[in-house]
Amino acid sequence: MGSRGIKDQVAIVGMGCTAFGEHFDRSIEDMIIEAAHAAYDSAGVAQDDVDAFWFGTLGSGTSGLTISKPLKIDYKPVTRVENMCATGSEAFRNAAYAVASGAFDVVVAIGAEKLKDNGMSGLVGTQLPDDGTKTNITAPASFSLLAPAYGEKYGVDRDTMKEVMTRIAWKNHFNGARNPRAQFQKEVSTETICNAPLVAGDLGIFDCSGVSDGAAAAVLVRAEDAHRYCDNPLYVKALAFTSGPGAGPLDPDYDYTTFNEVARCAQDAYEQAGVSDPRTEIAMAEVHDCFTPTELVLMEDLQFSSRGEGWQDVLAGTFDLDGELPVNPDGGLKSFGHPIGASGLRMLFECWLQLRKEAPPERQILSVEKGKTLGMTHNLGGRPGECVSFAAIVGSELG
Amino acid sequence: MTRGIIGYGVHVPYYRLQRSAIGTALGAGGGTGTRAVASYDEDATSMSVEAARAALRSFDAPTPAAIYFTSSTPPYLDKTNANAIHAALHYPSDVLAVDMAGSVRSTTGAVTAALHDRRPILVTAADVRTGRPGSGDEAQLGDAGAAVMIGSDDDAPVIAEWVGSATATREFLDRWRSPGWNYSRVWEERFGESVYRPLVAEAATKVFKDTELSAADVDRVVVSGLHARSVRSAAGAAGVGAVPMAEDLTTTIGMTGSAHSLLALANVLDTAQPHETIMLITLADGCDVSLFRTTEAITDYTPANPVAAQIAAGNDGLDYATFLTWRGFLDREPPRRPDPVPPAGPPSERNVEWKFALVGSRDRSTGAVHLPPQRVSVKGGAVDDMEMVPMADVEATVATYTIDRLAYSPSPPTIAVVIDFDGGGRFTSELTDADPDEVHIGLRVRMTFRNTLTADGVQNYFWKATPIR
Repeated sequence: MGSRGIKDQVAIVGMGCTAFGEHFDRSIEDMIIEAAHAAYDSAGVAQDDVDAFWFGTLGSGTSGLTISKPLKIDYKPVTRVENMCATGSEAFRNAAYAVASGAFDVVVAIGAEKLKDNGMSGLVGTQLPDDGTKTNITAPASFSLLAPAYGEKYGVDRDTMKEVMTRIAWKNHFNGARNPRAQFQKEVSTETICNAPLVAGDLGIFDCSGVSDGAAAAVLVRAEDAHRYCDNPLYVKALAFTSGPGAGPLDPDYDYTTFNEVARCAQDAYEQAGVSDPRTEIAMAEVHDCFTPTELVLMEDLQFSSRGEGWQDVLAGTFDLDGELPVNPDGGLKSFGHPIGASGLRMLFECWLQLRKEAPPERQILSVEKGKTLGMTHNLGGRPGECVSFAAIVGSELG
Repeated sequence: MTRGIIGYGVHVPYYRLQRSAIGTALGAGGGTGTRAVASYDEDATSMSVEAARAALRSFDAPTPAAIYFTSSTPPYLDKTNANAIHAALHYPSDVLAVDMAGSVRSTTGAVTAALHDRRPILVTAADVRTGRPGSGDEAQLGDAGAAVMIGSDDDAPVIAEWVGSATATREFLDRWRSPGWNYSRVWEERFGESVYRPLVAEAATKVFKDTELSAADVDRVVVSGLHARSVRSAAGAAGVGAVPMAEDLTTTIGMTGSAHSLLALANVLDTAQPHETIMLITLADGCDVSLFRTTEAITDYTPANPVAAQIAAGNDGLDYATFLTWRGFLDREPPRRPDPVPPAGPPSERNVEWKFALVGSRDRSTGAVHLPPQRVSVKGGAVDDMEMVPMADVEATVATYTIDRLAYSPSPPTIAVVIDFDGGGRFTSELTDADPDEVHIGLRVRMTFRNTLTADGVQNYFWKATPIR
């Protein structure tokens, strides 16, 4: 069979998250120290109580030394992981497995990224020397390929597609305006979003996530130990990850209206958690809204909307803060910002706040009040047709 | 054995600069008509490849014994430019590839060497001609590539038999350019004419004597040379002033340097009837005169993309500032993005068939085509059960697309298209020679060989899609 899952074996007992943004005044070390100690304090542990660390960063350092030196870790195992934009989630996933295995009692997952020191627009990747035959298009351009393909397949005209994308950006800015840690804490009118300068395809600057600096961390223990640290821990219900054959750019059968990796990953997560109707059972979802068309397609890949109907649900407000299934209540990558290695843990941080009713009142979601206990986080890294995908489900109750 | 031209083709770039745009911008200069402009992603090598592909699509071509690449604007020194052409045309390693580069006269040299050979020889000639803003060269010259395959009847039917040639060489200072300059200097033109005229007369007299023909036997005269004044008087000097002159293409394309004699000859051959005698007079540091006579075989020769069709397909909407930017005379602010990275040597060599000839792999069991070639099939996962499949001449359809306004490009924005090839295979490609507004799902495209970027002096050659027009 596929993944067995580790439902209810591991708990999050403390979290920390820096503000995300253009931290020209702070180094990667500063952010790591802030996030780590916030997580320690949240869990009521000292650094010496932590048995092992998993550290995720895309490019702001290599090896465990990136955190062990600034934190002065006392000769403990530190694993540095990287899985593109799912890097922070990947640190968390492997940390959770380490706890579930029984190898360690207390583990910290930490993710951090320093993007704003290079003086460039957008993300800057590094790659192996190659033969110069890869088409050099930027991340917004590659995700913008989704929009015309989706519109063509489902008969949604270009203006309506733009309206849908704009609605997603508007929602995430609305939510971010209620989040003191977000990079962009301002509501933006649909007119402004819609008329912003174009970056790629029909994507304007407000259709793109914020490039920012930041760090986030979580303290994990075995579920049976959780209450020694915390009255209201979150339990890991599902951890799923897929890395596929990269068939999209090769195979004409791929139509650029879905992420196969995400659909498979989400299904695995739901099976692990025992979720049969995600739209009604999940209280909230933090999804990888790197660009607005991505969030649209994710609504269908994550089974929140039927195929071809996600755009209608977006326009109907289904995923708004006060909607049926709030998506990105913290503002998402769009508004909270996207320091790559930190983002997955930042998403869990929002679950940590919302499911435990500790979110600021102006953005506390109602579904939790109504008794829903499950939160979902989702990351993808790569581009349409060739990506890695992560999905987690966490919950405030056992069982 | 009959020897002569067995095939030919040309590449006239898509863009045209209206000469009046120069006068509008600078307050002087320019003139009337248009000049052909190599796109920012074209150079003498890429245009040679496109010209050769046009030739090879026109007849059942043999594999040549050699490729002679001629250009006065070769992209590389030290490194042989013809090797990229050799690779792009997917020729075997026993085909010689050499450059004859530097002066425009190299084209005459390559054709002469080919005519005196006994094996099929492919000659490609191309120039990207530049001049300082406001100069006569800037306005009057043009960019193009031309290719001709010389051979004998046992290679392929000879469509224009070589009747004879004569040469007159003399050292004199007319036009010169130091390595690294992007413009030429010329001496006062009346001096040049005083030297060229007797050289033309000398070469013409000799070719008539050697071939026992006279001016009365000539049906068409083609004159090519960078010295415009001498070109105008050459037919008279050669004693063929009464013979119909071929269109010199300077009004629409401009004088294209190394390529021009073959380009003008191709234009004549496109519409020639059997048994026409064509006199080709080339002025370049001397005078060379050749006589060709078309054969019955020319009636069966169908040029894949005739000169007139390429002239008609041109887009004369190029603005002068863009032209100056493409040619490096206007240094514009780049996007706040990393500088382009040159391709690395080892992967480029490992993947030479893919990179230069657009050869993919096809899974023998499922037929799935992979670009770039894969060892493990995307359909079914068969391992190492692939055959190589050339894709350069396969047409394709746009599946989805984007306009990338953030990516580094010498001519933003970048248009990227996901294309599905007829018969299978998908690739994400740049779309070139296209306006962002004309891109749509379903657009039909073909592949074209381009210089995608230059970094650290490395020319990155690869293929792009372009709309089928």
